Amino acid sequence: MHEGLAQWDYVAAAYALGVSGTLGLVTWAWTSMLRAEKRRDAARGR
Amino acid sequence: MRRGPATGVCRRLGKSFRPAHMHGFANPARFLRIARWLTPLLLGVGLVLAGGALLWGLLRVPPDRLMGETVRILFLHVPSAWLGMAGWTTIAVASVVELVWRHPLASIAARATAVPGAFFTALCLATGSIWGRPAWGTWWVWDGRLTSMLVLLFLYFGYIALAGAAQRDAAGGSGAGSRITAIFGLVGAINVPIINRSVVWWNSLHQPPSITMGKSAIDATFLVPLLIAALGFSLLFGGVVLARMRTLLADIQTEARLRRKAQSPVVA
Repeated sequence: MHEGLAQWDYVAAAYALGVSGTLGLVTWAWTSMLRAEKRRDAARGR
Repeated sequence: MRRGPATGVCRRLGKSFRPAHMHGFANPARFLRIARWLTPLLLGVGLVLAGGALLWGLLRVPPDRLMGETVRILFLHVPSAWLGMAGWTTIAVASVVELVWRHPLASIAARATAVPGAFFTALCLATGSIWGRPAWGTWWVWDGRLTSMLVLLFLYFGYIALAGAAQRDAAGGSGAGSRITAIFGLVGAINVPIINRSVVWWNSLHQPPSITMGKSAIDATFLVPLLIAALGFSLLFGGVVLARMRTLLADIQTEARLRRKAQSPVVA
């Protein structure tokens, strides 16, 4: 039983790292894209 | 940015084998028209598929006879490993396209792939280490598979640093840095087959390949959510690469516009 719980701790750690990291990567890529395109449109004088 | 004349070999290759449709996408305006609807589509579908597959792996898949509950980590670890290697393969292909055909979007595509590729390689190493502790009794071993994957991560770091320096170099008026980055991307590709074959060539704690061309040693209970997770993360990877390409293109266009404004005479 204790071994089973310990295994779930490793699963939880891996999922927390994977999900938070992937969401962070997607958010960073999306927001930096919006900011860069906004800067470009501002430079064009729109 | 104009470059010097192509070498004889490159010029011959370029004339003989240039696919007609490839340069249809060389126009940034045409690329942006496609990327504008494709980026949110890939990210949205990717999030749904990857999230669904992870939930499936977490809640519906039974524990494995040997690995126990930790088998669920593989739904993150395996797609990350595939994408880490697929990322560098993309960089190598884009580098060839840049060096041979001088496709204007190829270097942008290669640079856009580097950060997500490095992320998934790091995630593969981290989840593998977390899985290895209960399965092998150790966080890390210096065997062929783990070491070659770590080398891939360092190659990504080197590529990102080199691409950043090449960008500054290009702003200063020289295009040589971009070609050096492309050559680095091409040479680094030698590590991809080494990673793939490492568990066959050397004794390793890491298991041999479970999925090969047309064959799988994995039971369907685990294989179906694994393939859905791989598809979902691949779509996310594609969406992030497109978003990075749009960012890099927008930065280049902003810089060019500001430079033109700075050079144009001021009318009183």
